[in-house]
Amino acid sequence: MTSQTEQERREAGQGVAAAAIDLRGVEKTFYSKAETFSAVRSLDLAIQDGEFFSLLGPSGCGKTTTLRMIAGFEEPTAGEILLHGQNMVGVPPYKRDVNTVFQSYALFPHMTVAENVSFGLERKRVDKQEIRQRVGEMLEIVGLGERGDRRPQQLSGGQQQRVALARALVNRPRALLLDEPLAALDLKLRQAMQVELKRIQREVGITFVFVTHDQGEALTMSDRLVVMNGGLLEQVGTPHELYERPATRFVAGFLGTSNIMEGKVTGVDRGIAVIDAGADGRVLVPTDRSAVGDRIAVSVRPEKIVLSRDEPAADDERCAVTGTVAEMVYLGTSNTYEVRLNGGEMLTVLEQNHSTSESTAQRGDTVWLTWRPQHSLQLVDEPAAATEGGAADDAG
Amino acid sequence: MTTTMSKANSAADERYRRPKRRWTYYILPVYTWAVLLYLCLPIFVMILFGFNNTKGRYNISFQGFTLKWYRELFSIGGLTDALVNSITIAIIVTIVSVAIGGALGLALGRYRFRGKGPLSLVVFAQIATPELVLGTSLLSLFLTLNIPRGYVTILLAHIMFCIPFVAVTVQARVAGLDSSLKEAALDLGATPMVAFRKVTLPMIMPGIMAGALLSFALSIDDFVTTSFNAGQTVTFPLWVYGASRLGIPAQVNVMGTLIFVFGLALAAYSVIAGRRKKA
Repeated sequence: MTSQTEQERREAGQGVAAAAIDLRGVEKTFYSKAETFSAVRSLDLAIQDGEFFSLLGPSGCGKTTTLRMIAGFEEPTAGEILLHGQNMVGVPPYKRDVNTVFQSYALFPHMTVAENVSFGLERKRVDKQEIRQRVGEMLEIVGLGERGDRRPQQLSGGQQQRVALARALVNRPRALLLDEPLAALDLKLRQAMQVELKRIQREVGITFVFVTHDQGEALTMSDRLVVMNGGLLEQVGTPHELYERPATRFVAGFLGTSNIMEGKVTGVDRGIAVIDAGADGRVLVPTDRSAVGDRIAVSVRPEKIVLSRDEPAADDERCAVTGTVAEMVYLGTSNTYEVRLNGGEMLTVLEQNHSTSESTAQRGDTVWLTWRPQHSLQLVDEPAAATEGGAADDAG
Repeated sequence: MTTTMSKANSAADERYRRPKRRWTYYILPVYTWAVLLYLCLPIFVMILFGFNNTKGRYNISFQGFTLKWYRELFSIGGLTDALVNSITIAIIVTIVSVAIGGALGLALGRYRFRGKGPLSLVVFAQIATPELVLGTSLLSLFLTLNIPRGYVTILLAHIMFCIPFVAVTVQARVAGLDSSLKEAALDLGATPMVAFRKVTLPMIMPGIMAGALLSFALSIDDFVTTSFNAGQTVTFPLWVYGASRLGIPAQVNVMGTLIFVFGLALAAYSVIAGRRKKA
């Protein structure tokens, strides 16, 4: 399958009423003797058929609880969970047409790899001959065709990971749920498995719901993702949308490095606001909701900023601020600068190493930072407002 | 120059072949063998005196090698009956206490429930209580309830003191289980019953086997509790105790040896089976 058909499927999916997985006002509260803990608060989410969808957030944000509610290990305190239009509340996990890849893999240590993979099919009373064939095929897909008679503990971490994947996928579920499946692997293996998972998902063409706290992982793998924080939805969208147009301060900070400046709006002209951040120079930001006098927060990505020792011309249309280089780190392919603005803010600037000559500036140099106004993003601080605000609308 | 080199080499070889070990190196092996000897000596004596060609009634000093006690193993009627009683009691006790104690251990290891604290306290208290106290209080209970003492009361007593041992070994095993294993089974379409049979039970089997072996061993040679609650029924330990005043026949050593060999075979089997599973 090419990426184009995937694109088409995604676009087609957006118009269809019944999503593969539909969460409506889902809440989960844990009660214990000492306290009540709201793991998930009023979550609305529609995951489309065939989509690689990630739940991203720091630990304790409710992403794993959400996944466990979809799998049926936890019952929501309130709300509905629909799988292909059918309400799943009260349906036990063994009657749900979804399968899970656990963080610990949860392979059965007393069974061989092939016995592990055939466990689900045997429960469904699939014909023995067919089981053998499908298990063989699935082990081929995950690259473990020769290891069927091994025990899980004889395999490496990456191989165990593939067995867990095969054991879930061989049942051809409507959706595959993955709970931080790559967290236990080292960096190299994790990157290889990211590519592998994407390939397998394209090959089998089913919905993947992927829980991770690794923003890089979520950005590279997902068709769409949701960022969660404190049991609440912060923003939903494609990786591109979330990275380029983060709606909230939290999303801007969680997905990559972000420079956040605050200031009062001193003027608005044709949808572009001028704010008084950065002391000298000018910070412009496109806005559709702020008026003169409002205090707003603005985010700029480090790679969007151009660093120069020369002051830009007075008629330059770009945003421009000046400051002193506090730190310069040489990273081989790029340089990272920490620049302290005259107003006190610290900005991070990423500069590609296009030439072999010395870097543009050294520690202590006075520099000018410029960027195009459309790269300034106005942030919303309250996540509750984000679901009603403009940025969340174009995410769906 | 070459000579000095080879000299240096041979010196190095010497050092390699016979590394100078500090005397502290030997502490651990010597200690280990001493403990092993201490544990095994009574067993060696028991086995040896089963081959003792005794002249009188006492089997106390070694008087020559013979196999006749093996030939005449079942020639003492009362002793044979007592052994059969002990073995059948041990088997029934093992089965029943594994069923009850296993379920108890599973509950204590896996679930949180009201009364869990007191329950595990009772389990440990049962293990810690002196057998003499258990035996006499059970006797009072049976007398009060007017239950005739005999085979059944021995069974009840043995099952009671074996349950905690099974519960504790199973609980330890269950507590070490990854709880997502059961969830994985449910996720793959297994009902809770099937998940238990196919995943949980095989995983806790080593704990159950350990509990079963303990139960069998505790039951077959229990004397204190049994002596209070046996009534007219005679078990192997009771018979031996009764005979000790008149002189213990060498058949007792033979039977002890055979029970020991049986237990050894079981233990060896469980080790080998465990290895084969891992391979």
